[in-house]
Amino acid sequence: MKKNEVASGWGIGKIFQSVFISQICFISLPVFLFAQSDVPTPAPKQSQSIYLTHATVHSGNGKVLNDATVAFENGKIVFVGESPSFKTDATMGKVIDCTGKHIYPGIIAPNTKLGLTEVEAIRATNDYAETGGYNPNVRAAISYNTDSRVTPTIRSNGVLYAQIVPQGGTVSGTSAVVQLDAWNWEDALVKEDGIWLNWPSLQSGGGWWAEPAASKENKDYEKQVRAIKDYFREAKSYSLEVAHKKANLRFDAMKGLFNGTRKLFVNASRVKEMQHAVAFAEELGMQVVIAGGRESFLIADELAQKNVAVMLDNPHSLPAYPEEDIDQPYKTPAQLQKAGVLFCLSIPGGFWQERNLMFEAGTAAAYGLTKEEALASITSNTAKILGIDKTIGTIETGKAATLIVSTGDVLDMRTSNIEHAFIDGREIDLDNKQKELNRKFMKKYGLN
Amino acid sequence: MRKLVFCIGLLSLVFRLSSQETTFKTNGPDDYREGKHAFTNATIFVSYNQKIDSATLYIQDGKVVKIERGSSPSGGKGMGWIIHDMSGKFIYPSFIDIFSDYGMPETKKESRDWNPQPESNIKGAYGWNQAIHTDFQAHTNFTVNDKAAEELRKLGFGTVLTHKKDGIARGTGAVVTLANDKENLTVITPYASAHYSFNKGSSTQDYPSSLMGSIALLRQTYYDAKWYSAVSPLSAGEGSGVRREFNINLEEWNKQQTLPQIFDAGGDWQKILRADKVGDEFGVQYIIKASGDEYQRVDEVKNTKAKLITTLNFPKAYDVEDPYKAIWVSLSEMKHWELAPTNPAALAAEQIDFAFTLSDLEKKEEFLPALRKAVKYGLDSSLALKALTYNPASFVNVYDKVGSLEAGKLANFFITSKPLFDEKCEINENWIQGKRYEVKAFEPKDVRGEYSLQISEPKKESKNFVLKVTGEVASPKGLIVLNDTTKLDVKLTNKDNDITLSFALDKKPNTGKFLLTGTIEHAKNQWSGKGQNPEGEWLQWSAAKTKPAEADTAKPKKDTTDYTKNLGKVLYPFQAYGNEQIPMQQNYLLKNATVWTNEAEGNLSNTDVIIRNGKISSVGKNLSCSDCQTIDATGKHIASGIIDEHSHVAISQGVNEGTEASSAEVRIGDVVNSQDVNVYRQLAGGVVAAQLLHGSANPIGGQSALVKFRWGYTPEKMKIEGADGFIKFALGENVKQSNWGDRNTTRYPQTRMGVEQTYYNYFTKAKEYEAAWKTYNASLTSKKKSADVVAVPRRDIELDALAEILNKKRFITCHSYVQSEINMLMHVADSFGFKVNTFTHILEGYKVADKMKAHGVNASTFADWWAYKYEVIDAIPYNTAILTKAGITTAVNSDDAEMARRLNHEAAKSVKYGGLSEIEAWKTVTLNPAKMLHLDNRTGSIKAGKDADIVVWSDNPLSVYAKAEKTFVDGILFFDRDRDEKMRQWIRSERARLIQKMLEEKKGGAPTQEPKQQKMEMYSCGHEH
Repeated sequence: MKKNEVASGWGIGKIFQSVFISQICFISLPVFLFAQSDVPTPAPKQSQSIYLTHATVHSGNGKVLNDATVAFENGKIVFVGESPSFKTDATMGKVIDCTGKHIYPGIIAPNTKLGLTEVEAIRATNDYAETGGYNPNVRAAISYNTDSRVTPTIRSNGVLYAQIVPQGGTVSGTSAVVQLDAWNWEDALVKEDGIWLNWPSLQSGGGWWAEPAASKENKDYEKQVRAIKDYFREAKSYSLEVAHKKANLRFDAMKGLFNGTRKLFVNASRVKEMQHAVAFAEELGMQVVIAGGRESFLIADELAQKNVAVMLDNPHSLPAYPEEDIDQPYKTPAQLQKAGVLFCLSIPGGFWQERNLMFEAGTAAAYGLTKEEALASITSNTAKILGIDKTIGTIETGKAATLIVSTGDVLDMRTSNIEHAFIDGREIDLDNKQKELNRKFMKKYGLN
Repeated sequence: MRKLVFCIGLLSLVFRLSSQETTFKTNGPDDYREGKHAFTNATIFVSYNQKIDSATLYIQDGKVVKIERGSSPSGGKGMGWIIHDMSGKFIYPSFIDIFSDYGMPETKKESRDWNPQPESNIKGAYGWNQAIHTDFQAHTNFTVNDKAAEELRKLGFGTVLTHKKDGIARGTGAVVTLANDKENLTVITPYASAHYSFNKGSSTQDYPSSLMGSIALLRQTYYDAKWYSAVSPLSAGEGSGVRREFNINLEEWNKQQTLPQIFDAGGDWQKILRADKVGDEFGVQYIIKASGDEYQRVDEVKNTKAKLITTLNFPKAYDVEDPYKAIWVSLSEMKHWELAPTNPAALAAEQIDFAFTLSDLEKKEEFLPALRKAVKYGLDSSLALKALTYNPASFVNVYDKVGSLEAGKLANFFITSKPLFDEKCEINENWIQGKRYEVKAFEPKDVRGEYSLQISEPKKESKNFVLKVTGEVASPKGLIVLNDTTKLDVKLTNKDNDITLSFALDKKPNTGKFLLTGTIEHAKNQWSGKGQNPEGEWLQWSAAKTKPAEADTAKPKKDTTDYTKNLGKVLYPFQAYGNEQIPMQQNYLLKNATVWTNEAEGNLSNTDVIIRNGKISSVGKNLSCSDCQTIDATGKHIASGIIDEHSHVAISQGVNEGTEASSAEVRIGDVVNSQDVNVYRQLAGGVVAAQLLHGSANPIGGQSALVKFRWGYTPEKMKIEGADGFIKFALGENVKQSNWGDRNTTRYPQTRMGVEQTYYNYFTKAKEYEAAWKTYNASLTSKKKSADVVAVPRRDIELDALAEILNKKRFITCHSYVQSEINMLMHVADSFGFKVNTFTHILEGYKVADKMKAHGVNASTFADWWAYKYEVIDAIPYNTAILTKAGITTAVNSDDAEMARRLNHEAAKSVKYGGLSEIEAWKTVTLNPAKMLHLDNRTGSIKAGKDADIVVWSDNPLSVYAKAEKTFVDGILFFDRDRDEKMRQWIRSERARLIQKMLEEKKGGAPTQEPKQQKMEMYSCGHEH
């Protein structure tokens, strides 16, 4: 048992001298074992200090601390460092011995429909695509359903934040960053961060699913691009005027693009499409993020040089062309990393699928990223791209206590198992509907 | 009649329909003409392989009379030939295209309203399916279309076999000439051929919607037609074999069976094999229309023994100047661009008989250049002629009439200025049935040479100049040579005996011109006439040849390129990552790995495996093998290859025949696509075998194909030899069309109640069908009176498949989600005395695990899918673990080409969710699927004697970090990560080579095409899984 100095930022300044033996790791299950709701109750505010000790801490910024402790109070991390020795003191809060376990920042799922749909095939449950071509003013936050039965299944794999994104049309709407343990959307909302634009495709058509055909050159591409430019130019001109004879709600919603408070997320996948989109954003002085970025590896140096971030499509995809390297989508993240592009991983338009986001990062690690870089691509990089990195995305003193504890390597489905999760220091109930059904039927068959 | 009169009025050389030869009345006095022509001094191709120099062709009454050597017509009294001097010209028998739709009515395309149409909408006593058009006869629908004919005549064609290219059975074709005459005279063989295809064409009926459905429809129609003719109509008596219908399409079908059978298998070479297989089943050898890629598998094409009709449609080079656009052009497209012109030569080398058709050419005028290209790329020129004359004619039994210029055949021939394969050759005239059609006027006579030009103006001294005439015969250029330094251009035109010259005597601008016009006396090499000087005064002039034309020193460079050199090689398959040589079986010793045996001994560390003759020959420590290639696998894991119980890769043109509640007759095995790059990608994910399943659009889907991923093998050779038959069933939302939109609310069933009744209905029918055959077969063997012999039942390939299920010879893999329907199907099976083999997807299996265990069914599930539709809201990732713990053989499947490459990840999820042991988890993608596919006696574990379907993994295969490094199927190393690395390099350099070659071609002025991104065929069960 080592004795350690506790960092000066250690909250109200308690000093600990020995271990809280009584609390070792029994905390995880009992409280929630008999939860009866499909959607567990949101956790209350952090009321006592929590100490996660003797863990391998993966900070999300590349640093790994062995046998380390993370401590947090009032929702904020107050200490990250080598594990101190504690003295038994029931008044100090909760100590969780995490020997052999791994601590990571909470995972962030960007570009998702989570909470905007419940059962994809049932129209009544779909709230992600408004009618019409230009909908910058529709707000994902408004539709976000905190009571989705899907969310707890994502959370129990360590995803604690999400960027909820409207779909469809040319300008789909305004996305929202939410935390995944909330009573209602206001409670969930962290910020409304960006406007989503679907860049026209250079190739169109291609038969239908039963009879695929070669796609055709999109002859209207330039016309479509022109229409977008015209629209945004008009929006910018509107934003520069103070007074208007008549208000335009759509243009009002776009003001943030021109004063730097909102980012422009552009879905684009082919090289030329990305280049055109970036030039367009530059021209109008907008901060742009390329979403999709299927061929971003081909222009990685260019994107890095222009400081354009990429929210990359699933590494778990097939190559786009027969002759493409069979592992191209797996290794694209490593190519972006090498070129110095700020990128994060996404499962575009996914919802239940988000529980596999960390395994997509695992694959990226198998194909060239280090494990810590892969982790960053679902935590700190994502936070930077969403503009929430001041509080979220890494395990550092002063940041929000939003983190997860896994039995083993969180990126590998063979070992990934979330035992604890905290959002702003609140310990989240990791139960979900699926665990409940599992218990129910295991019991029916008398299995363990 | 009005039209007839119109034709006669227009033409100079016609055979009028006189009352002597025809049934037609003449308006006015008869005007019969014999049409006696002699074409002298020509080089005549009597047939594709017989050429006579300096010969005379005699024709009369539209037919060839004779060909004689020598130039002077053997006249004689009363012979009266019209003489055509053809000195320097060439005469060929006119070409024949036997895959034409010349003169056919246009196919009306009804617009589909996307409402379901289960039945034919054709009124009358026709068959049940709108895509069977055996009632169509080309000769009764044929009309002359001179504009279309002219387009073909210009290219040297004189005869076509025409048919209407619409539907799966297309009716009959007719051989017609391209003469502009009354149809009565141009139809040579009215009832010449019968035509088929895989394409339903204009049919608006739902069935068939897939390639395999088209094949099934063809097969069933053969059986129906056979039965139709075997059973007497409306015969008295009882028994299931009594035919009660009259059916125009089947009547006609049966009549057409003695004709040459022509099958349009356009698409790719795999369709040639598919067509041939259908033919083989019914003793029919089709003449097969191919699409020009036969060289990619020419040995297999030869094995069909089919005569081919192939195309000269060689793709244009892609415009690859923009590398970002060049990405969209696949390697196989690039290679096909390079190798397509070698296709005819490749067929010839294999001694496959083939004919050419114009039908695929975007622009018909590409024909002759393409033909010459084929010759440059190695096709013997006489075989090129054969493919346009002898072969097409003999394929459809009209070589006695057309295809050569032997006496008695139709006078169909064309005259050219040069040998046909000379780039500069022009077709001047095409004679059809003894009638001349001018294509391009003959060249004027050669006036080139040096002349002394004399001009006599009034009151002036006459002028003398040296005039040189050079250039092409058809477009000579004049030059007045004043002295060594001053030469003046002369504009010169000549036609027949007329000539004009114009020139200025000074090079200064605005100098006035002399304008001369006159007459040529060719025999004397003299010109003379009148003209005007710049002042407008009339003058006289003459020119006399003083020197013959200088020998052409500036001859156009002869193209001496050997186009057959430096070509890329054919790949197997013809696709990125294909091999020039299909990998061969070898013996291997894999040393010192952790071996996941899937047997009682579990995982063995530091263990060796020997692969011999495609089998695992031994597993143990410190093994040695003298004739093995040794692979050090220290630190690696060796495991049995992954088997995907539920896959839809490598399937051509449709995975669902979901147009009816049952499509038990369709077979994925008919449409396996060995070219799918996903086969290679699956190997890279350690997958060695799969069940290729029909989709889930209907309660009774189609028959599965069990394949091993033998990359580069043909579709038939990918199939697992001797495997049991399987069939796809499906339950729930897909089959009741819940998510297909508001139009699809009429096809039965629309509820789970209806799904059950569908099964009872079909299995009851299958039982009755079986009984009918038993009665019939018994009646054949019994020695009862002949009156008691019952009529033969109708063979029904749909009920055959269902009867096989009842007889436990075919096994069900059923797409299923909710517990009620799972329960239901087990009851249906029990009540008909069979067992359901596998529930696939089975996301609520955990709710009825006890019942499933009791029934003895297997489960094949998704690891963690849910929430995509209502019936999967209770899906849980613990399903695999619960089912396994309940004692059910459980597999994890992909249903997806992407996920299939990492089924090891999916297997690992049952460790995470539900805590299966790693060995149990691993079996869910190896041994367990092998068991449910009845393959576990030969694959699925690492045991001496089993097939060497083995993967070397870089790590514990359940880890996200594990990579399949080597994948063996039957002991053949089909995937090797090191080799893959080399292939990537090779693909890059091969693309670069082809890109450079295309740029060269573009630079040379050849037309190019825009790059297009190919969409790959990618299937899952249905729209919604």
